[in-house]
Amino acid sequence: MNIIVCLKQVPSRESILRVNADGTWVDEQDLSWEINEPDVYALEEALRLKERFGGEVIICSVGPARVQQAIREAFAKGADRGIHLNDPAFERLDAYNTARVIAEAIKGESYDLILTGLQSDDFGFAQTGVILAELLGIPHTTIVMEIHILDGKVKVKRELEAGWFQWIELPLPAVLTIQSGINHPRYATLKGIMGAKKKPIRTLGRDDLHLGEALLNLQQVEKVYIPQKTKETQLLEGSPEEVAAQLVEKLKHEAKVI
Amino acid sequence: MGRGILVIAEHIEGRLNPTTWEALRAGQLLTDALGGPLWVAVLGKDLSALTAAFSDKRCDELLLLEHELLATYTPEGTTLALRPLIEARQPQMVIMSHTYQVRDFAPKLAAALGRGFISDCIGYRLEDGHPVFIRQIFQGKMNADVRVQGDPPYFVSFQAGAFRGDEVETSTPGPTITPVEVSLDPSAIRTHPMERFREAKQAVDLTQAEIIVAIGRGIKSADNIPLAQELAEVLGAELAASRPICDNEWLPMDRQIGSSGQTVAPKLYIALGISGAIQHIVGMKGSKTIVAINKDPEAPIFDIADYGIVGDLFEVVPALIKKLREVKEEH
Ligand SMILES: Cc1cc2nc3c(=O)[nH]c(=O)nc-3n(C[C@H](O)[C@H](O)[C@H](O)COP(=O)(O)OP(=O)(O)OC[C@H]3O[C@@H](n4cnc5c(N)ncnc54)[C@H](O)[C@@H]3O)c2cc1C
Ligand SMILES: Nc1ncnc2c1ncn2[C@@H]1O[C@H](COP(=O)(O)O)[C@@H](O)[C@H]1O
Repeated sequence: MNIIVCLKQVPSRESILRVNADGTWVDEQDLSWEINEPDVYALEEALRLKERFGGEVIICSVGPARVQQAIREAFAKGADRGIHLNDPAFERLDAYNTARVIAEAIKGESYDLILTGLQSDDFGFAQTGVILAELLGIPHTTIVMEIHILDGKVKVKRELEAGWFQWIELPLPAVLTIQSGINHPRYATLKGIMGAKKKPIRTLGRDDLHLGEALLNLQQVEKVYIPQKTKETQLLEGSPEEVAAQLVEKLKHEAKVI
Repeated sequence: MGRGILVIAEHIEGRLNPTTWEALRAGQLLTDALGGPLWVAVLGKDLSALTAAFSDKRCDELLLLEHELLATYTPEGTTLALRPLIEARQPQMVIMSHTYQVRDFAPKLAAALGRGFISDCIGYRLEDGHPVFIRQIFQGKMNADVRVQGDPPYFVSFQAGAFRGDEVETSTPGPTITPVEVSLDPSAIRTHPMERFREAKQAVDLTQAEIIVAIGRGIKSADNIPLAQELAEVLGAELAASRPICDNEWLPMDRQIGSSGQTVAPKLYIALGISGAIQHIVGMKGSKTIVAINKDPEAPIFDIADYGIVGDLFEVVPALIKKLREVKEEH
């Protein structure tokens, strides 16, 4: 069972985001980075499948040099090797072009499953995995909460809205986009961290891939900004005791809800 | 431009998803701005009952795509049925609501046509007659203005609540009803959906709670939950949570509020250390009074809060519990 896991590195959740000088993205200078949360669950799911069925877990990540850190982190948990797609032309690609790059890079690989996160925390397209499946001509399903491998196919539990679920069967190979909460991701062990250094990463740039047409975003971010507040929020200020007193007063006599 | 706008309706076995009206409203507004006819496509097996729901709505044509293989949703069925329609009609825009189903097929459909899909937009703006779409990035902490590139059709989905379904305009006569030829090869449908179900253990019904204290990742660890529990007790409130708390099993899943959990509208909702991602907001924005306690002044939760406290919940909550107890004793 060979599994490709698409990992994206995103600014860590605690990051203070600032708009960059030309207003087109955030200033990446002082950010710390982490693996996109649903991708951590995707990786864990891949590692568990590998433990049951054998085979390889291959990490694929598009991004600058810093994403090697994310790939190594996956190695430390048990992934076997990595494909790092690094080229200035790959910077801030939309979902369609990210999927094109990944599709091209894994063409020579033999895989049974491709796991992605259901959505990235930064762009939040919720598209890359589905487009990847379309480009590869294989089936997919999204928002997956459970995976059972059957003979030549896979049965998955798909999350629907409002607490509903649905079982879906699809033939392998397939792309599954993984939802958070599907498992409890492991921590890397010291031994894993030591071993991670020796595992191979293949780095590929634009010229190593047969991309055909140029990588032109179909959707272009023109401007990013902190949204304007639309609702009048009463901000209560002061020491914890002061704000607590104000809040109780407001809830009792203004909103009349306690 | 005037090339027509196509809205894709969504239903589960004949029950229309109400967000369809939000998409239709977006379609009406965009057609007013850009010109051209407005079409609505409905896919399924027997659509006669659904047709009635559209009979008084302002749109030019209701396109019915009926086929045995469209009886239950699959991404392949939907894509293969819509693709020839879109190629024939050449709309300038295809509009959907950003539902879980749209997440599942729209990227595939757009990619099959080599087009971009601007997903989960919260609105649009016209610049020199061209729409610029507004999306949230970084889980709602920032917005981005996005422009489509390349040739139409442009695929766009709007976030729940971006447009108001109850503002859909009606008209008489309603739309022309046009059956659309659908040919599907069963072997092209590789995903096989089975039964839809809910997890059996739905122990609490938070929809009945008058007051809810909800915790998010800001609570840091399961060890701190008793603090929130204590606040809930003084208030006579139910305890609820954002998704990461339930993912970690710090609270059971039936206490999750949001798109994949419960939708509640208590008279008081106190959010402790919850950032305010849209998937959480959709589950609680109908609350009468919303209080947010969060140490990040930019947290999107403050956009929907009536009362906000920028601060450390571990300092504010104990003070709040103390104050509430004092007030209680006075009576
Ligand atoms: C398809 C889909 C479905 C989803 N369904 C749901 C759903 O049903 N429900 C749901 O909730 N989410 C859902 N999510 C996840 C959602 O997108 C967010 O990731 C999630 O709501 C974030 O939870 P949070 O606010 O607790 O955590 P975070 O976003 O990490 O926010 C934590 C907050 O705590 C604050 N904080 C930290 N420390 C303190 C402190 N000491 N005092 C005060 N504040 C502090 C931080 O400033 C931050 O704002 C879904 C996502 C997807 C893609
Ligand atoms: N640059 C990238 N490198 C590797 N995987 C990615 C990249 N961008 C997106 N993905 C994968 O696609 C998923 C969905 O991302 P998105 O379509 O941006 O919401 C992520 O959770 C990742 O698994």
